[in-house]
Amino acid sequence: MRYLPHTDDDISGMLKVVGAGSLKELFSIVPEDCRKKEPLNLPGPLTEWELDRHMDSLAANMATMPEYKVFVGAGSYEHFVPSSVLSLLGRSEFVTSYTPYQPEVSQGTLQGIFEYQTLICRLLGSEVANASMYDGASALAEALLMAARITKRKKVAISRLIHPHYREVVNTYLWPTGYEVLELPYLESGKTDLSALDEMTELGAVALQSPNFFGCIEDLATLGQKASGRGALSIVSFTEALAYGLLRNPGSYGADIVCGEGQSLGIPQSFGGPSLGIFTSRMKYVRNMPGRLVGKTLDQAGKRGYVLTLATREQHIRRERATSNICTNQGLCALGAAMYMASLGKRGLRELAKLNYDKAQYLKGRLKEVGFKIRFDSPTFNEFVVEFPSDFGDTYNRLLDQKIVAGLALGPYYPELANHYLMGVTETKTKEDIDTLVKGIES
Amino acid sequence: MRETLGTTGLVMNEPLLWEKGGKGRCGFSMPRRDVEPSPIDEGLVGTVPDFPELSEVDVVRHYTRLSQWNYGVDTGMYPLGSCTMKYNPKVNEKYAGLPGFAGAHPLLPPSMVQGALKLMYDLERFLSEITGMDATTLQPAAGAQGELTGTMLIYAFLKSKGERRSKFLIPDTAHGTNPASVSLCDFHPVPVKSNEDGILSPEAVAEVMDEDVAGILVTNPNTLGLFEENIREISEIVHGKGGLVYCDGANMNAVMGIVEMGKIGVDVMHVNLHKTFSTPHGGGGPGSGPVCLREHLEPFLPVPRVVRENRIYRLSSDFPHSIGKVHGFYGNFGVMIKAYSYIMSMGPGDLRKASQLAVLNANYIKESLKTVFNLPYDRPCMHECVFSDKRLNVHKVTTLDIAKRLMDYGFHPPTIYFPLVVAGAIMVEPTESESKETLDQFIETCKAIAKEAEEAPELLHAAPKNAKVRRLDEVTAARQPCLID
Repeated sequence: MRYLPHTDDDISGMLKVVGAGSLKELFSIVPEDCRKKEPLNLPGPLTEWELDRHMDSLAANMATMPEYKVFVGAGSYEHFVPSSVLSLLGRSEFVTSYTPYQPEVSQGTLQGIFEYQTLICRLLGSEVANASMYDGASALAEALLMAARITKRKKVAISRLIHPHYREVVNTYLWPTGYEVLELPYLESGKTDLSALDEMTELGAVALQSPNFFGCIEDLATLGQKASGRGALSIVSFTEALAYGLLRNPGSYGADIVCGEGQSLGIPQSFGGPSLGIFTSRMKYVRNMPGRLVGKTLDQAGKRGYVLTLATREQHIRRERATSNICTNQGLCALGAAMYMASLGKRGLRELAKLNYDKAQYLKGRLKEVGFKIRFDSPTFNEFVVEFPSDFGDTYNRLLDQKIVAGLALGPYYPELANHYLMGVTETKTKEDIDTLVKGIES
Repeated sequence: MRETLGTTGLVMNEPLLWEKGGKGRCGFSMPRRDVEPSPIDEGLVGTVPDFPELSEVDVVRHYTRLSQWNYGVDTGMYPLGSCTMKYNPKVNEKYAGLPGFAGAHPLLPPSMVQGALKLMYDLERFLSEITGMDATTLQPAAGAQGELTGTMLIYAFLKSKGERRSKFLIPDTAHGTNPASVSLCDFHPVPVKSNEDGILSPEAVAEVMDEDVAGILVTNPNTLGLFEENIREISEIVHGKGGLVYCDGANMNAVMGIVEMGKIGVDVMHVNLHKTFSTPHGGGGPGSGPVCLREHLEPFLPVPRVVRENRIYRLSSDFPHSIGKVHGFYGNFGVMIKAYSYIMSMGPGDLRKASQLAVLNANYIKESLKTVFNLPYDRPCMHECVFSDKRLNVHKVTTLDIAKRLMDYGFHPPTIYFPLVVAGAIMVEPTESESKETLDQFIETCKAIAKEAEEAPELLHAAPKNAKVRRLDEVTAARQPCLID
């Protein structure tokens, strides 16, 4: 097998040095009653060429661009990724390297992550960012735990318009802690009803998602006021990082923790993972932050270099009193996001974000033209909610046969919104694609 | 000694992204604008983020140069204990990049994603088989998240029996994520000391086991590279008082097809796809930490689960006792593809052989270096072995010095100062990917360094001399953190 270099001569020579008569004998220390008696019941091995065919046939049973036109966001976004980024990210010195605990042989990763931390802070208006969390959902859960640690309170309030899966993950993470998770309802406008906070006391954190699950831009100024007024930390989550290429960032509203999903920044959708948990906060909370941090320093010759730092927060030092148990995170995805942001640059970022906004507005306009109701009138970024007639299911399925996915049905997540669909549009859809969709819906 | 692996080379300086570029440059092919600009309330628009402006060439040169400052498995051996830095097959990368997988939206109707669902369903079965357990969840995104998930399954199981226990036994050789994970689940970690043979004794466990202990979190083989020989008896002690056994499967590479975890009393465990199953480390992830468990814990598994009815796959959340979700979608699917491909490439016979060769390699190093470095536990090891710097301390040379000097010779250092039970620990895990020549080169190098420690210790104190940066000031980095520019 090409991954196993040992020849029979190698093995016999080494067994002599070790003083064992056979490979089996190396395991004589393992008690008999712990042993696996039969061979593993697994398929294979396949040759590389057989495996190519097998994997191709699995991948062929998948609906993707450009053949399929998928008009869905809802936490996973179709964006173009430059070949230059894919090529650079494939360099094996990045891919096959270990965690940069030995900084002298990991400066590539360390400077790359330092650059990521910096660019993400500039995108979100934050003061410090970590090297990544698993995804937007766990980032939010850890943000709430962090806020609870800081405020020493056991109650948090989160909006019902945060992604339903994120709320599930929050509930799972917070369940053993016994913290109370209160839900903020939403208004007819499609924004969170922050007045519900007025009844709540002893809150450690208030969390919104903006743009929210309905695609609407939330009132982050009021969030900041109400949260700080109640001694709680304000947390802004997001699923579409690209929005902040256009919209005023949460940091500028004084958000304490800004966290979310960075998959839009040059990371393939890949059926939901790996993704990129972005986690940032104000500098004053840094010692309470989960995750790895890269810092700039000097070496003994006075040369600039980068190291992992503030490790006393982390599991390998602090163990049960660590700020989190996180070890391996999504490092390569963070590096990919930095490459993407570097490629887009200032001008490209604004242009691409505005293009996303405009394409979504175009679809909105066309749907309105042919008589469909845009359910919420708050401004949105690249997703919005449409109300369709109760028999739309047939149209939807017919469009699936035509390889068009006309949005995501909201009924399963919000029972009061049966017949409502969440439509997402990015720069990957042409005007023609959008017109075809509208035509298909109309007929 | 032959020519050493380490040398100086053509390594370029490269500034930070925002220290280069020029106004107006862009490295992205802007998609064609075929719709009119739409008005937006100015109050919603922010100032443009202060991103650098770089051409594609700027970006490519930047990251190409940065990559050349990194050591990777493709560069050379990484004898890092507990990390299993084995070779990352390139076909795995190819399959993860197939457009059908890479471009898949997770919320598509099941009929449109059968390939992915089948892959996940099959991988669950492969991992259940390899570990000897009844069911698997692929949702956790890393080993630590797997530990948290597994601990929550135990919490849920006990709760379903009306029980609320507050403690969890953690051996003194445990990886830091172990106590951190159980704490997140509101358990108080209780340490258990290993005996003078470096393994857990049933007496030590029995002493601390009571009805307020939810379970024990063992690593087997443990972080000293030793098989926990008393594991069956220990499991019986824990089960006897109504507790459960969690096994940290980070060291699974030693025992594939050789040990059946389900048989030795393990109730739940995780495996690390980025260790045992060859998926790349990526400089810090993404990894994947699937959790494998016995059927009494199955009802509590995270949702959704992949189910199969008449050869059609779909995702189901119809499991009322589930602990919920730990990941926004289904876990790190792109990483699962690579593990799946590895298992299919190796087959049952070669997976077992890989474990055998990993153990052979570690024992070969142990025997060859036990006269060079202090070996605290002189017994047969599994896939890794632990030395210490004790013998060289007399020359005022420490584990850190040895690690830094190894870099000059072209090797990534082993894991240092872990496990905590050995002062100045040097944990070596070669993995089965390393050939005898590479191991011999590593052994010769260690001998040369030990000789230098005796005759010219200043070479070690000044190491690494070939690296681009040398002995970075980590103290100031922590005291005056500079975390962004």
